[in-house]
Amino acid sequence: MKSKVIYQIKDKAIWVVFVALFIGFSIANKRFLDPHNLITVLRQVSMYGIASIGMTFVILIAGIDLSTGSIITIVNIVCAYLMVHLEMNMGAAVVLSLVLATIIGLVNGAMVSSIGIPALIATFATQIVVEGAAYLLCGGTPVFGFDERFKVIGQGYLGPIPIPVIIMIACFALGSFILNKTYFGRYFYAVGGNEEAARLSGIRVRRVKYMVYALSGFFAGLAGIVLLSRTNSGQPTAGRGYEFDVITCVVLGGVSVSGGYGKFSNVIAGVMIIGILGNGMVLMNISSYTQMIVKGFILAAAVGFDCLQKKRQVT
Amino acid sequence: MEAKQPLCFHKIKMRGKSMSEEYVLELQHIRKEYPGVIALKDVSLSVKRGEILALIGENGAGKSTLIKTCSGAVIPTSGKIVVNGKEFSSMTPQLAQENGIAIIYQEFNNVAELSVAENLFLGRPIRRGILVDKAAMEREAEKAFQQLNIKINPKTPMKNLTVGYQQMVEIAKAIEQDAKILIMDEPSAPLTSAEVESMFAVVNLLRKKGVAIIYISHRLEEIFRLSDRIVVLRDGEYIKTLTTPESTVDELIHLMVGRELTESYPARKECIQYDEVILELKNVCGNGNQDINLSVHKGEILGLGGLIGAGRTELAQMIFGSVQKESGQILFKGKEVSPKDPRQAIDMGIALVPEDRKRHGAMLGISIKNNINMPIYPKISKLSVIRSKQEMETSQKYKNELDIRTPSLHQLVKNLSGGNQQKVILARWLAANSELVIFDEPTRGIDVGAKYEIYKLMNDLVENHGKTILLISSEMEELMGMSDRIVVLAEGRITGELKKEAFNPDTIMAYASLSKEEPSA
Repeated sequence: MKSKVIYQIKDKAIWVVFVALFIGFSIANKRFLDPHNLITVLRQVSMYGIASIGMTFVILIAGIDLSTGSIITIVNIVCAYLMVHLEMNMGAAVVLSLVLATIIGLVNGAMVSSIGIPALIATFATQIVVEGAAYLLCGGTPVFGFDERFKVIGQGYLGPIPIPVIIMIACFALGSFILNKTYFGRYFYAVGGNEEAARLSGIRVRRVKYMVYALSGFFAGLAGIVLLSRTNSGQPTAGRGYEFDVITCVVLGGVSVSGGYGKFSNVIAGVMIIGILGNGMVLMNISSYTQMIVKGFILAAAVGFDCLQKKRQVT
Repeated sequence: MEAKQPLCFHKIKMRGKSMSEEYVLELQHIRKEYPGVIALKDVSLSVKRGEILALIGENGAGKSTLIKTCSGAVIPTSGKIVVNGKEFSSMTPQLAQENGIAIIYQEFNNVAELSVAENLFLGRPIRRGILVDKAAMEREAEKAFQQLNIKINPKTPMKNLTVGYQQMVEIAKAIEQDAKILIMDEPSAPLTSAEVESMFAVVNLLRKKGVAIIYISHRLEEIFRLSDRIVVLRDGEYIKTLTTPESTVDELIHLMVGRELTESYPARKECIQYDEVILELKNVCGNGNQDINLSVHKGEILGLGGLIGAGRTELAQMIFGSVQKESGQILFKGKEVSPKDPRQAIDMGIALVPEDRKRHGAMLGISIKNNINMPIYPKISKLSVIRSKQEMETSQKYKNELDIRTPSLHQLVKNLSGGNQQKVILARWLAANSELVIFDEPTRGIDVGAKYEIYKLMNDLVENHGKTILLISSEMEELMGMSDRIVVLAEGRITGELKKEAFNPDTIMAYASLSKEEPSA
């Protein structure tokens, strides 16, 4: 009984951290609790949240995806290019961009599972290639001048709630559904926990990997669309560094970097923490360079915590 | 999971030398509690200089926990550890080493790329100034090996040694570090029988030199050959200490399981349908095997005998589709099949219970329920959404049928004992409705009582569920006790076949030792 209670607390520890940070920032700066500010935080984190769905799947199968930021960039540029230079219909441009993002994910999947390139290297290579392609396409300059209606995705509201936040919530619901209600979720845990045992119990591991990297590409692409609509201009540097924040969110949310363990309820906490941390630090006039240092430490600490727990289990 | 470990140890007091002359290591009233579980309840044992003390008990009896208190890996809740008269309430790894305690676990701590000598002095190399003195280490290693009567070239890279020799290096390392108390956890498990013999020779030599040895093993015949005294544990409790020459196998089994096992192999109804060949191999080659011809009847338990490395596991891999055959035909239920991956084999009705349960069989970090349902998820799902009621019912059904002992189906498989883990894997294949189940060393690392249960389940499969079994076993008794027919392999070829009436360990060994140059008649 007692151990169950301890387990429950441990399981929710990240929410405790969130609440502590929240209270801390509320005390440190009056403006933090302003409803406008909180809504802004939510809107800021929605891109991280959306991209973190795919990243959670990837890390669950003991992989990693470093191409997330560059997929956000290429989707920014391609979608903008299609709408502005090719005068394509808004819906078609969005769909095509998401298809492209998914295909990039599939290429990652192919490199990782069919060729066997370590995920870190494969997706790192993709990151560079895709970012280069984005530059080539736009010639290094922003692409803008969209239909007014396009702004709704990133800037609109449904009642008091920003549309990106609604998209994020829908994505988390979809992600949880895939993970908990469909057998693909079971497969992800199995492959991440023990790939060979998974194969020997009839899971086609290669297909699972293709699927997971494709999902990661798709959700990164969706985050890219939301970002494009928010900034209303396709930037060749739009997604730079996003993978770092997204990975931090996921790991902070307790998804084990060695695979096989994690859940969305805690990843949401990870996303929120990164959100209020960024916002809180800005409100307190902490320079972006200092923020980088803080974020780096947080990533190392989150992974370190996971590793220490693993270590303790071994003895 | 181990609770927080205190960083310091507590040395209580020094004692007089009254008893310490005799016993070099005494564990007194050791108790270990984990949240909700008592792992050890008032366990005491002591070992003398030049004595081999066997520690036996079923899986989960507390043997490993007990010996880990000696290395500091487990901190006892109460009790004392007395080493050479010095009392400790708990150990640390450094303290254990300083007091001459060395433990040889099943997994070795060696660096594959370094030489034997460098491994022997790993962490405390002999130096000349700031440079490592390789020559001196090799000389010292040579000396250490000579003392133990073992022949290993200290310059060989560790990775080139067999498991048996790697273990010798571990023992030499312990002696080199001046260990007076050597604790060995299942040392014979990974070894071939020839390697076991050389290990025994070394252990006996150490006994003569006055080293106190605690020897843990499942194999009772080893205990009788080696030990002077035997300590039996059951369910975390101390049961009895016996003097080896005065005890019997039956008595030990009785003390370990707490009940009599009337016979070690349960009787089975005759249920072979000779007119129905379920699996037939014709000239199958590949994965190290050549020209395998074999047929298995429905309802039969066909034993595959042979030495380790004879190609039995490799043959199973080809039938199960985890490795592709190169040529020949596999006929399953009369139809030619060539499974490209395990999924295809599973869908046809072929299942494999792999040899390495923890690495290839059970998914340890996943619940019992999900483990059981893993191969059938597509079947119990609609548009890939799992029908959770069906998922629960299936696992509940097989939990009851196979008597998987667990408080909850949501329990992670890593928290189960070896026997129960094996049952989970079996439940998985029953759920998948497999018709042919290949068991690869099904009782390795499983304690006596659970073994018997596995045997009964195997019988039940063929008697009542119409299954057919291909049994790979390196334990001669098990192979003869369970099989209806035995086919023996050697060096990737079939060298002999025996009907039940003709079972005879000598004949099987003879077939198993045949080499390519002398094919069987």
